[in-house]
Amino acid sequence: MSTTARTVVELIVNNHPGVMSHVTGLFSRRAFNLEGILCGEIGNGTQSKVYLLVNNDDRLEQIVCQLEKLYDVKEVSVRDDYDNTIFTRLHDLVTNAQ
Amino acid sequence: MKLSGAEIIINLLERQGIDTIAGIPGGSNLPLYNALFKSKIIRHILVRQEQAGGFLAQGMARSTGKTAVCFATSGPGAVNLITAIADARLDSVPIVAITGQVAHSLIGTDAFQEVDTYGMTVPITKCNFLVRSAAELLTVIPEAFRIAASGRPGPVLIDVPKDVQLQQIEFNTWPQPGKKEGLAYFDNDALLRAAAMINEAKRPVIYAGGGAMYSGISKEVIKLAEKNGIPATLTLMGLGLMPHDHPLYLGMLGMHGARYTNNIVHESDLLIALGVRFDDRATGKLAEFCPSAKVIHIDIDKSEIGKLRRPEVGITGDLAAVLPVLVDLVGADKREEWVKRVETEKQKYPWSSQNADDGMHPLEIIKEIAAASNDDAIVTTDVGQHQMWVAQGYPVKSPRTLLSSGGLGTMGFGLPAALGAALANPKKQVICFTGDGSILMNIQELATLDEHKLNVKIILFNNGYLGLVRQQQELFFEKNYIASHFKSNPNFTAIAEGFGIEAYQVDSIGDLKTTLPLVMAKDGPALINIYVDHTHNVLPMVPPGAANLQMIGG
Repeated sequence: MSTTARTVVELIVNNHPGVMSHVTGLFSRRAFNLEGILCGEIGNGTQSKVYLLVNNDDRLEQIVCQLEKLYDVKEVSVRDDYDNTIFTRLHDLVTNAQ
Repeated sequence: MKLSGAEIIINLLERQGIDTIAGIPGGSNLPLYNALFKSKIIRHILVRQEQAGGFLAQGMARSTGKTAVCFATSGPGAVNLITAIADARLDSVPIVAITGQVAHSLIGTDAFQEVDTYGMTVPITKCNFLVRSAAELLTVIPEAFRIAASGRPGPVLIDVPKDVQLQQIEFNTWPQPGKKEGLAYFDNDALLRAAAMINEAKRPVIYAGGGAMYSGISKEVIKLAEKNGIPATLTLMGLGLMPHDHPLYLGMLGMHGARYTNNIVHESDLLIALGVRFDDRATGKLAEFCPSAKVIHIDIDKSEIGKLRRPEVGITGDLAAVLPVLVDLVGADKREEWVKRVETEKQKYPWSSQNADDGMHPLEIIKEIAAASNDDAIVTTDVGQHQMWVAQGYPVKSPRTLLSSGGLGTMGFGLPAALGAALANPKKQVICFTGDGSILMNIQELATLDEHKLNVKIILFNNGYLGLVRQQQELFFEKNYIASHFKSNPNFTAIAEGFGIEAYQVDSIGDLKTTLPLVMAKDGPALINIYVDHTHNVLPMVPPGAANLQMIGG
C-alpha cells in the first residue's frame, strides 16, 4: 500500500493523566487529521513517547507549532525516516507478542 | 513550617503580588476562603456570578498588563467561569483561575457539584493543572503565573481538590514567585531582510494589533511610522497603539473599518504585520486580502506566522525586543506620494458623512461622551453595534484604555470588566459602553458595583434589539427579523436605582449635554439610559465572507 502521504510525528511528553487529552484535543479542535497513535512510557516512567500518524501535507508545520506550545510536550520531531506501516500492522505485532 | 494547601495557595498569591481576587465561595473551595479570611493583603471582591469574576479579573489584567486571579467552586462555579476563560484565551489575557474540586476520593463518582473541570478547560486555557497534593502547589502556583505572563499571554486554570486544600504539609522554604520570561532572541538576518523590504517598498502599511499592545511598544510603532512615512492601521485589539488623531493613522481595518482604510490597506505593496493574527474580521476574505502585498509578520507566537497568510519574512520574537532594532534599521523617508494618496482617499470617503444629519446617532453620542470624560479614562465595551461604534468613533488615546472582547465577542463582558478596570485603577474614570442586550447578560454585577461604589459610568445604548443581529437580518436574511427584537424592554433606570445606582434618562442630544457634566463631575457609579433608533446600522460593513473592498455603505 502507498504510505507516501503519511508521516510520523514523534513526541516526548510528561507522563501524567491528561496529557493524551491535550494532544488528541488539539487535533480535534484545530481540525487536523490524526490517523493513528502509539504511546508508551520511557526511562523511569516520568515521560512517555508518543507516535502520531498524520497526513504529510501543508498543515503539518502548523500541527508541529501547536504541539510545541503544549505544556507537557517536551519535544516534537517529524520522522520521515520511520516506517509508518507499523500502524497498519499493529494487530499482528500485538498478537504475535502473546 | 506546617501549612495547609489552602494556606499555601493564599501565601503564594500574596508573594505573587496579588492584592485583589474576584470570586464566589462554595462547598469545594471553602478551605481556600477560610485561608483568605486570614489574609491582610488580599481583598476579595464577591461577584454575583462566576463568569463576572473571570471578566473582572480580565478587566484588571487588560488595563494593567499584570496577571489577575479569580476563584470559583467546583461544578457550576467552574462551568460558569468557562466563558470568561475562553474569552481570555482568544484575546491572550493573563489570568489565573483557581477552582475548587471535590475531594480525590470522590473524583469520578459523579459526586455533588463534580464536573471534569480539567477536561473541560483543556481547549480554552493556555495551560491547566489538576493538583494532586499540597506539595505540588509549591511548583504549580508559581508555574501558573510564569506561563500566564510569558510569551503570548493567556489564561491558566488550577483545579484544586478539597482534600488538597485541607492537607497539611511540612516544608522549609517558599519558592520564588513565577515571573514573566523575556524572549530576547530573534532572527537578526530576517530582520535585516525585513528592513530592506521596507526601505524598498513603495506603498507600505503597518497593520498592528493586540500583540503589539501587550508588548508595550506603542512608541516604537509610532516611531516606525514616522521615520519611514508608513501609514498604520490597527485591529480592534490594537486600538490605542497610535493616537486617533495621528496624521499617519488609518483607523481600524476590516469588517467595520472605514472605506478609505480598507482601500489603502488593499493597495499596499508591503504589509508590516505586528502582533496580529490575520483574523477574518480584520482581513475579510483572506484570498483577496492585500493581493499585491508582500508580508512581514512579527509575532511572539511562532504558530501565528504562516497560520493563515504565508509571509515573505516571518520573525518569531517579542516586539519589545525586535521593533526598536527595526526602527534603527529602516531609512528615513517621507513617502510624500503614498501619504498624499492616503489623504486623497480619506477625502474621497469622509468618515463623518454617514451621521451628519442626525444628532442622536450613536457616533454623535460617543463623541459627546468622549468630550465629557477624563483624558485618561478607561473605556470598556460590551459586544454588538455599540462596540463597533465605539471602535469607530471613540478617540482612543493610549494603550490599554479600550477594553473589549475581540476574539470571542462575549456579550456581558463590559460591566464586570469595567469593575476590574476601576478596582485596578482607582484614580481613573471608567466608562462602560453597553447595549440593552449585553447588559442583561451580567446585570447582576450592578450589585457589586454599588457595593464598592466604583467610578464606573455605564452608557446604555438602548434600541430594544440585538442590534448587530437585526442588522445582519436586514442586510443578508431578507429582513426576516426573528428573535432579534426584545418585545419586553425593561426600565433600566428603575433597575439601576433598585441596585442603588444613580440613573439618568436621556432623550435628546440637548439632554445629553446637560446630563453629562453632572454625571462626570462626581466620582461613583452612574447609568445613563439612551434610547437609540433601532434602524441605525453599523456602517460601512463588509458582508461576512466577502473581501474588504466589497463594503456596504460608507
